[in-house]
Amino acid sequence: MSSQNRRIDVAGLVIALLLLALAGLVWWDMTKLQLLSPYDVGPKAMPVIVSVGLAVLAIGNGIGALRGNLPDRESLDWTPIILILGGLACLIVLIAIGGGFMIGTAILFAATSAAFGRRAFLVDLLIGAVIAVVVYLLFAKLLTLSLPAGPLENLL
Amino acid sequence: MEAFVSLASGLAVAIQPMNLLFALIGVLLGTAVGVLPGIGPALTVALLLPITFKLDPAGSIIMFAGIYYGGMYGGSTTAILINTPGESASMATALEGNLMAKSGRGGPALATAAIGSFVAGTFATFGLALLAPYLVDIAVSFGPEDYFALMCVAFVTVSATFGDSPVRGLTSLFIGLALGLVGIDILSGQSRLSFGVPELYDNIEVTTLAVGLFAVGEALYVASRRHHHEEKLEPVRGSLWMTKEDWKRSWKPWLRGTAYGFPIGALPAGGAEIPTFLSYATEKKLTKHPEDFGRGAIEGVAGPEAANNASAAGTLVPLLTLGLPTSATAAMMLAGFQQYGLNPGPLLFAEKPDLVWGLIASLFIANAMLLVLNLPLVGLWVRLLAIPQPWLYAGILVFATMGTIAANPSPVELIMLTAFGVLGFLMRRFDFPIAPVVVGLILGPVAESQLRRALSISLGDPMVLLQSPISATLLAIALIALMAPFVLKGLGRFKAVED
Repeated sequence: MSSQNRRIDVAGLVIALLLLALAGLVWWDMTKLQLLSPYDVGPKAMPVIVSVGLAVLAIGNGIGALRGNLPDRESLDWTPIILILGGLACLIVLIAIGGGFMIGTAILFAATSAAFGRRAFLVDLLIGAVIAVVVYLLFAKLLTLSLPAGPLENLL
Repeated sequence: MEAFVSLASGLAVAIQPMNLLFALIGVLLGTAVGVLPGIGPALTVALLLPITFKLDPAGSIIMFAGIYYGGMYGGSTTAILINTPGESASMATALEGNLMAKSGRGGPALATAAIGSFVAGTFATFGLALLAPYLVDIAVSFGPEDYFALMCVAFVTVSATFGDSPVRGLTSLFIGLALGLVGIDILSGQSRLSFGVPELYDNIEVTTLAVGLFAVGEALYVASRRHHHEEKLEPVRGSLWMTKEDWKRSWKPWLRGTAYGFPIGALPAGGAEIPTFLSYATEKKLTKHPEDFGRGAIEGVAGPEAANNASAAGTLVPLLTLGLPTSATAAMMLAGFQQYGLNPGPLLFAEKPDLVWGLIASLFIANAMLLVLNLPLVGLWVRLLAIPQPWLYAGILVFATMGTIAANPSPVELIMLTAFGVLGFLMRRFDFPIAPVVVGLILGPVAESQLRRALSISLGDPMVLLQSPISATLLAIALIALMAPFVLKGLGRFKAVED
């Protein structure tokens, strides 16, 4: 494994810094809380524990990164990641502007499918839409759950 | 004896037609997702949580348990036939199982896995039924400080003691604990880490976190390294049935595997990895056919599979009696209880004996269903593996997002889902364990409220944690469990078996 090649792992250092930032955020948030009862340790105790723990672990992770102790990683293919996150973003935007979930779901299905190497975007878009309709009917009619509706859903 | 009376009354609950149906749906779903690479039982329960909360509690929980057991069965099929274990618990099975499949003995490998799982599941469920009343009696006397100490033990064992790296495990745990802080603090009414976002005031949904980490994170991870792995499905050739020789070589490993799996699963140690690899190592040492190991030895499938299932039942012991989840799936089942306002623990045994014993009794039924369904239907399960990967993951993501917005129709919830997905992806890439995050989010707030209750009873004196003998002992265990991996760095060493 990676123990042979002991060089500084930049990604590992970034992780350590992020953990430190999270520790700072928890601490900063804690300082704004008020103690109401003198007998209760109050809402501050747990954030203090978590913050200190995160800070210590940030140091631990940092030491690991400096020693190059992180596991080996394979090269990263960014295209599928962008496709999937893009699909999710489309869905979020469509729901936020009241476009209903169906179009967004179809896009998410097709985008994910493309991320896994399919080259039939339009077909997948159609399949995604069919799945969305089936799940919508299943959720809404059988399980009486409501999904955010847009113009298309109101037709069903 | 008390256990048998309770079990009999539980059986009356379990054989109600609706509950039988839920158990059947559970085992079918569980097997299907266990077979499908990429979705484990924890994710399935997480996906189903938002859409089941209007159903009958007993039925849903019976279904979740069926999924748990079914997932353990299904995982072995994938491990044997394509050598890509769906979850770490099946890794040991894949070693010899896939070799058996390659040499045309896939049928007996599947059979010994299924029957071994049945044997182990049955024994371990009996263990659960016998052990639970005793633990409940002990747990009744627990004060808040003892519960807090117990949770410390669970935190440490789940994250640090048995992982590859205690630092990375604890990091995962503390991320979970930090997420658990988000929302309004019930005791003081003040909001923490909410930044004025209304969706954050009522805490982070366990399902959103779990679905994000498991479903979205897994999809991103698999998609990003799609070109590194080609999977090859071994066809099941020859007879499905085991020969007399196979039976002779299997039954002892089944029992030994059970003996490893149940106690280790029942201890708040978490996970089925340890017992499966212990079982594998034992069978390798004890076998009369050492020449078969490395070429497909049936003992190497029978033992770990039994250990795997026995530990699943073992995990239910701390979950039901103490409310302590020690695996990702158990954590999701706890979330399942909580969505109906039920809190597993000694009180649940007293207040809802029907539900608890009905659940335990239905585990026997689920186990029997799995044995009957699995072997004859193995061809059907194998066909699931033919679903094209793009559609499989696209379908998972669609279902994940729809479940999330059905529970909480807000774009903020989806943004959180996506963010947790990215977190899950990064954690997989940098080899941080996922389960401690979920356990931290669920148990963190519980531990905090127990700690504050203990301290307010003692008027703020922290010595209360050490004055109770139970609490002091448990804290000492937690400390030892925390230091152990740093002191003996070799604890994770038997993982080398897999190489």
